[in-house]
Amino acid sequence: MAEAILTAKDLVKHYPIKGGVLRRTVGHVKAVDGVSFELLKGETLGIVGESGCGKSTLGRLLMRLEEPTSGSVVFDGVDMYAQRGRAMRKLRRDIQIVFQDPYTSLNPRKTVGDIVGEPFDIHPDVVPRKGRRKAVQDLLDLVGLNPEHINRYPHQFSGGQRQRIGIARGIALNPKVLICDEPVSALDVSVQAQVVNLMEKLQDELGLSYVFIAHDLSVVRHISDRVGVMYLGKMAELGEEDDIYGRPTHPYTQALLSAVPVPDPTLRDKREQIVLKGDVPSPANPPSGCRFHTRCFKAQEKCSVEIPLLEIRPDGAGGHLSACHFAAPREIIETVDLTDTPQATTFDSGLRDDSSLEPVGDGTQDS
Amino acid sequence: MTEATIVVGAETTAPPGAGPEGARSLASDAWRSLKKNPIFWVSTALIVLFVLMAIWPSLFTNVDPNAAVLKEARARPSSSAWFGRDIQGYDIYSRTIYGARASILVGVFTSVATVIIGGVMGVLAGYYGGWIDSLVSRVTDIFFAIPLLLGGILFMATFPNDVNSPYLLVVGKVVLVLAIFGWPSLARLMRSSVLQVKPNDYVQAARALGASPWRIIRAHVLPNAVAPMIVVATINLGVFIAVEATLSFLGIGLTPPAVSWGVAISDAIVALRTTPHILLFPSLFLSLTVLAFIMLGDAVRDAFDPKSR
Amino acid sequence: MTTTTDSRAAERAQRTADSRYIPQAGLLLEVDDLHVEFRTADGVAKAINGVSFNLNQGETLAILGESGSGKSVTAQAIMGILDMPPAVIPKGQIRYCGQDLLTMPDDQRRRTRGPEVSMVFQDALSSLNPVFPVGWQIAEMFRVHRRMNKSDAMERAVRLMQRVQIPAAKERVKAYPHQFSGGMRQRIMIAMAIALDPAVLIADEPTTALDVTVQAQIMALLQELQEERQMGLILITHDLGVVADVADKIAVMYAGRIVERADVYELYRQPAHPYTKGLLESIPRLDQKGQQLAAIGGLPPNLMRIPPGCAFHPRCKYAQDVCREDRPPLREVVPGRESACHFAEEVLHG
Repeated sequence: MAEAILTAKDLVKHYPIKGGVLRRTVGHVKAVDGVSFELLKGETLGIVGESGCGKSTLGRLLMRLEEPTSGSVVFDGVDMYAQRGRAMRKLRRDIQIVFQDPYTSLNPRKTVGDIVGEPFDIHPDVVPRKGRRKAVQDLLDLVGLNPEHINRYPHQFSGGQRQRIGIARGIALNPKVLICDEPVSALDVSVQAQVVNLMEKLQDELGLSYVFIAHDLSVVRHISDRVGVMYLGKMAELGEEDDIYGRPTHPYTQALLSAVPVPDPTLRDKREQIVLKGDVPSPANPPSGCRFHTRCFKAQEKCSVEIPLLEIRPDGAGGHLSACHFAAPREIIETVDLTDTPQATTFDSGLRDDSSLEPVGDGTQDS
Repeated sequence: MTEATIVVGAETTAPPGAGPEGARSLASDAWRSLKKNPIFWVSTALIVLFVLMAIWPSLFTNVDPNAAVLKEARARPSSSAWFGRDIQGYDIYSRTIYGARASILVGVFTSVATVIIGGVMGVLAGYYGGWIDSLVSRVTDIFFAIPLLLGGILFMATFPNDVNSPYLLVVGKVVLVLAIFGWPSLARLMRSSVLQVKPNDYVQAARALGASPWRIIRAHVLPNAVAPMIVVATINLGVFIAVEATLSFLGIGLTPPAVSWGVAISDAIVALRTTPHILLFPSLFLSLTVLAFIMLGDAVRDAFDPKSR
Repeated sequence: MTTTTDSRAAERAQRTADSRYIPQAGLLLEVDDLHVEFRTADGVAKAINGVSFNLNQGETLAILGESGSGKSVTAQAIMGILDMPPAVIPKGQIRYCGQDLLTMPDDQRRRTRGPEVSMVFQDALSSLNPVFPVGWQIAEMFRVHRRMNKSDAMERAVRLMQRVQIPAAKERVKAYPHQFSGGMRQRIMIAMAIALDPAVLIADEPTTALDVTVQAQIMALLQELQEERQMGLILITHDLGVVADVADKIAVMYAGRIVERADVYELYRQPAHPYTKGLLESIPRLDQKGQQLAAIGGLPPNLMRIPPGCAFHPRCKYAQDVCREDRPPLREVVPGRESACHFAEEVLHG
């Protein structure tokens, strides 16, 4: 087993809720409430969950864009939250981020060259001043954009092309870990595949480790080696991709998987759907015991009292981490394994953006 | 009601814009639309004209503004004195030209001062938040309660000029009082646009790269937040000129022997019914200057607002 | 409830008889050679370039496409809520029960919105008025269109909220939109859309903004209501998964044209247009592992400069010289299957 490169331990982030005339703290939004995991070298760890589950806050904590309420993140043996000044800046070279929204993640008043070259301005010792233009062009080439577009502005690019620019900025300092916060969810279907393939290629070539945060379970399955499922600030289930998709033991994971529509009409009536009652409770006032018990089809009295620990529970073929008192495997989807089947496809992997010579249309979804 | 709810939810169907070749920044886009705006050209031409008057009045006239020809006092416009003469027998044309200097000086210096003070305060409050924000916000609230003109009157009445005060000291005093009461509105504006820019992912990305706060403010926050303040500062420039004229008119801004439009208007009031042209020319120039800056501000705002295109 | 439905149906039949047009049984909506352009300062964007389709009673038609394909503009053109200008409809007909909506006087057409054709939007929060209670907003539909008095209208509103499964509807009828979750707000939007018992319901990305578990609930509700009221449902979406779950027929749009149309089972089994094929190959599937994603290179065209010939040819692996010059019409390849591709047979069988 590969060694861990990033270890999160009991991460907690509570945002105070201010109220009243004196702006006193009247409560806390428990965005992330005790999350622990390890990211192994060269792997992709997918984090899935619905809106409000704390997955984006988790990403920001891992980047130290927020200070945690408690808990630690250890990168390569170094406690990230204990670092200050120069040491923290040095650490930032190794962990970088790709954002969701290709429109707000690039400064509209800077050229592509400025944006992708900014990491070198902040860390001037990485590339000598003279070589920067070349380095930026190499990066553009690496992410499949035309290196001659170095002087263009972001609004001259489509959504997919902008996301490539964001990735180029993220990998400029040669990081070891890339946190990807919903990197493809704002993109059109056909463009999404281009970016996913690019990210897989870059991982192979540069030996990156990804934390891939997304709400799309299909994309996460495609790209991830291991997957963590979050619900209301806690990790509900964590395991290998096969464990989570093939033998889920947590009722929330099972419900989530059963709700995802599969693009195959013949499965229409064969799929059984687990319908959850009610809405996700407010993270300011999460339920006692197991946070899922208010919506769970398996809930019993124990669940509202005792918090289930995230521990290895049997799943029928060994075991994996699950936070349910009554964890039991249940096959929700029948997996077709295509790993060794040659797949004849009409189109290539879209690693290079052929159209980057001329921006046309707009690669983001209709709203 | 039914109609409204249905229409509100409709996707605003903006067809994807065509991107012409080559590099084009937002500023150059704004410039392109400014170029097509006649109001921009008219106001710019006027402003250039007034600024020239302020710097080289001798380009426009060789008559000494302080040469009084008493026997021709209140003369109507003629070929020897184009705008006529005032009650002291001064050449109105010459005095109007020379009067531009005071207005432009006050307007420009006050605007620059308010932009610097208001900009810095707004950025500090917006970017750092916390107690700095509370402090700046409370201070701006207090200043908001005092109208600009009232503040000017109180200040100038408390520290009156005497006849021997040097010209620049008097101008400086007016600039000082207008700047003190003028910066809070810009600070508030800057604070709110910084708050809008700050959560953008490109600011977060720079933080993630380890950029210093100074670098983030300089490279990312300021360029994206400064436009509304510049627009308002341009419009304010006209307002400051008007307030300066008002103070001078009341006899507490610039005072004779300084030459200024406000002083000229004040002097002309005495003879309003018999010789209105004495009032007309300085007021006309004052109005045109104020209008020119306000129109320029409007044109620039439209150019930077993509929705108006 | 049943009596109302019957009287509505009778009324509709009456109107149809008046117009001396006898439509085919169950045929509700015919869109014929519809064109929409946006005339802006930068040029003319051709958003829709000749779209035709029919919608029958009780049928679910999915219009699938990416951004800029014209799918939302089609919906807005049918509803008559396009901003004109900049939008212009230079050509085409939209016939509802035989009457052309586009040539109808404005006030007559306005009266069709709600009782005849109705729409559910993607973003329920911005579609509801934040300053009025939701019950009041639903009741308003009855007060305006049915001239009901306040208490009757309110009662109907509560019944509708119960119908779309809002828990404790009686108590929550006075609540404001922001007091509801995203899923509940979308239910309220659906309640408003079906309030006047429309014959055609257009759902424009109704679940895109919602979480996956809620999304499933909303789609189930829409399907249930459609079956109960035998509405014609037009589902506008980019999500191939949602389409596979609920649609009967599917029309795939690209650059303002329908490029393929088929029964949903047939289309997923064997697409007949390279674009559809590419889309199906480019989405990761939940039930597959080790899958290779084949992305379609490039981007959809700029609507101001749609390439000559087949609009898809710059991205197409099948493209030949003929595709650059001749625009392939939408034609029947095998019975019940239409594709706008010169090489449709090869795509279908190869």
